[in-house]
Amino acid sequence: MHVLWRVIVKEFLQIRRDRRMIPVIFVAPIVQVVVFGFAVNTDVTDVPTVLVDQDRSAASRDLARRFVESGYFEIVGSEERADAVDRWLVTSRAQMGLVIPSGFGAALAAGRAAALQIVADGSDAASANVALGYAGALASGYGAELAQRRLAGTSLPAAGRIELVPRVFYNPDLKSRWFYVPAVLAMILMVMTLLLSAMGVVREKEIGTMEQIMVTPIRPWQLLVGKLAPFAVIGLVQTVLATAVTVFGFGVPLRGSFALLLALSLLFILSTLGLGLLVSTVVQNQQQAMMAAAFGAMIPMVYLSGLIFPIENMPPAIQAVTYVIPLRYYAEIIRGVFLRGSGLGVLWPEATVLLGMGVAILTVASLRFRKRLD
Amino acid sequence: MKRLRAVVVKELRQVRRDPFSLAMLIGLPAFMLVLYGFALNFDVRHVRLAVQDLDYSAASRELVSAFTHSTYFDLVATPGAGQALDALLERRVARAVLVIPVGYGHDLATGRVAPVQLLLDGADSTTATTVLGYARALVSEQNVAIQAATLLRAGVRARPVLDLEPRVLFNPELESTQFLVPGLIGFLLMLTAVLSTALSVVREKERGTMEQLRVAPLRTWELIVGKTVPYLGISLVATFIILLAARVLFGVVIRGPYLDLLGAVLLYLFGALGFGLFISTVANTQLLAFQAGLIASLLPAILLSGFIFQIRIMPGWLQVLTYLVPARYFLVILRGIILKGEGLATYWPQVGALVLYALAVVALASARLARREA
Repeated sequence: MHVLWRVIVKEFLQIRRDRRMIPVIFVAPIVQVVVFGFAVNTDVTDVPTVLVDQDRSAASRDLARRFVESGYFEIVGSEERADAVDRWLVTSRAQMGLVIPSGFGAALAAGRAAALQIVADGSDAASANVALGYAGALASGYGAELAQRRLAGTSLPAAGRIELVPRVFYNPDLKSRWFYVPAVLAMILMVMTLLLSAMGVVREKEIGTMEQIMVTPIRPWQLLVGKLAPFAVIGLVQTVLATAVTVFGFGVPLRGSFALLLALSLLFILSTLGLGLLVSTVVQNQQQAMMAAAFGAMIPMVYLSGLIFPIENMPPAIQAVTYVIPLRYYAEIIRGVFLRGSGLGVLWPEATVLLGMGVAILTVASLRFRKRLD
Repeated sequence: MKRLRAVVVKELRQVRRDPFSLAMLIGLPAFMLVLYGFALNFDVRHVRLAVQDLDYSAASRELVSAFTHSTYFDLVATPGAGQALDALLERRVARAVLVIPVGYGHDLATGRVAPVQLLLDGADSTTATTVLGYARALVSEQNVAIQAATLLRAGVRARPVLDLEPRVLFNPELESTQFLVPGLIGFLLMLTAVLSTALSVVREKERGTMEQLRVAPLRTWELIVGKTVPYLGISLVATFIILLAARVLFGVVIRGPYLDLLGAVLLYLFGALGFGLFISTVANTQLLAFQAGLIASLLPAILLSGFIFQIRIMPGWLQVLTYLVPARYFLVILRGIILKGEGLATYWPQVGALVLYALAVVALASARLARREA
């Protein structure tokens, strides 16, 4: 126990001695959550739109007003000719054009179908997709209203109408921030612990101090636990800091138990520390360690975990791969504890898998590590 | 010139001696593209839907089949009356629950408003937003059909009121890969250029070989140019690979002039290499250089460039910050050249910003280097 303690103290001393690492470890998570939290927002509002109103009637103005008042579109300019819209889109000054051809109001008044054109910049497919959906909904809502008005004056029978009453659980206003900010917390925890453990061992190898440690009467497990325990502590401290920013800075509710969040984060850290150690047994120098950690582990994990991109949308072959990704389970835990207020009663399958994965990865990594020591 | 060549040859030899890192730098782009191409998908399909049909009439069954036949929804459960519905959401059995109350069919038949409820799991707000959009569209389609059927019974043919014609420029199918490629190039170039330059200098510092280089009869600029040229080459190869992979795997064709594309890439790389040098003058360890590169250049290239997250909906102070991110300008240029078929001249404001950025960082890095020499 004494030996183990010595290794832990040595590791902390080393971290403290590298003064520039302290801000990286403790300030960076906060800065990252703040910047990410503000930047990461996929709500589509105020789409810059060029208006081409060739009709200039009360009806066309009414329609344009509805687009603006919806909050989804913002008129940034107007043109006389429909083909002038293209120039706005080419130079990225607008993302959408609303073209109301002449005869629009007359057609509506005469009870004919009135044509209307939407031009969208497909080079930003994500927001174009959403904006087109909004435009379609606005137009069809307007159309339905006009149709009702037309029928109201006649003796025709009233048609029944389905009214969809949505009730959104856990995030009633569907704020994308509530979805992304906890995800950032998970990412930071993964990046830091994985990187620290991958680099911690490789650096000693590269500097040549690993040989010095190996000639001391220390057992491999003591060295391992001693090296990894400080990183786990750092990871937990970062979780606390990032949770504070998430809850107090961004107003994301922490509906479940904070203790449970920390406990399950520790389970997740087992896997990331193990993966980092595994990386360090494969590579020769720090540059390789960073590359392998970043691109062999972190980036695939972020994309294939459902943390940001829903797993249901992926092809079945890729969906199968996601089951071996620890972050997949931690993503469910994060969302469960923060937003759904879930307890262990709901999250025990994820917790069990994480525990199993953590133990398995750590075992494989330490076996490989020991072999190299011998 | 001879000394410059010697540095380049030395650096290339060092790169060759580390084939693992080289393979990462070159193979990574295609890997990332495939990962993004599959994971970033905006169509949400196969949403797990539970239906609680308390009416059990012909009309309610018709509404349910409209949902289940739409390919957007998969029916996973049909809870009976009195069953707890929020448990279905919390345990993630279903993402949405459609509740059709008693009297639904009767209300529709007698020309009244028939409310149906849609319970949504808002913890994944992006998916929930899309699902809500689908449900609204399905319901409004049903309403049009109901109205037409009612009118038909009265002997009147329903006519469409508004005829919305959407026209999508540059990427008519709204394919996500089309829009990903430019953003991905911006990110990957940052990665290869900033990180490899920063790491290659800091590694020499860490190993103590920098002093040997210092005492060698080399001018500072020769050392700088000699160290950056190999990574310029690698970055260009990586760009080529990603464009080739995009073409072969996802059918992304470059519509604008190739020469302008090369010019834009070189300009961007110039700034990125300069920034890498700047980091290397600040950081002493590779871990720190990696972290600094990650936080100051890689993350902004994804988060603050307008790649996935719209700049115009960020808070003001963050929008100001995005003006310092070269990827922001590069992205507009690349989308223009690759997707819109334009040349560099169209984007002179962005080109100007990139030139300014490159000059500023190179000046900053040289100033710091010169001060260390003195």
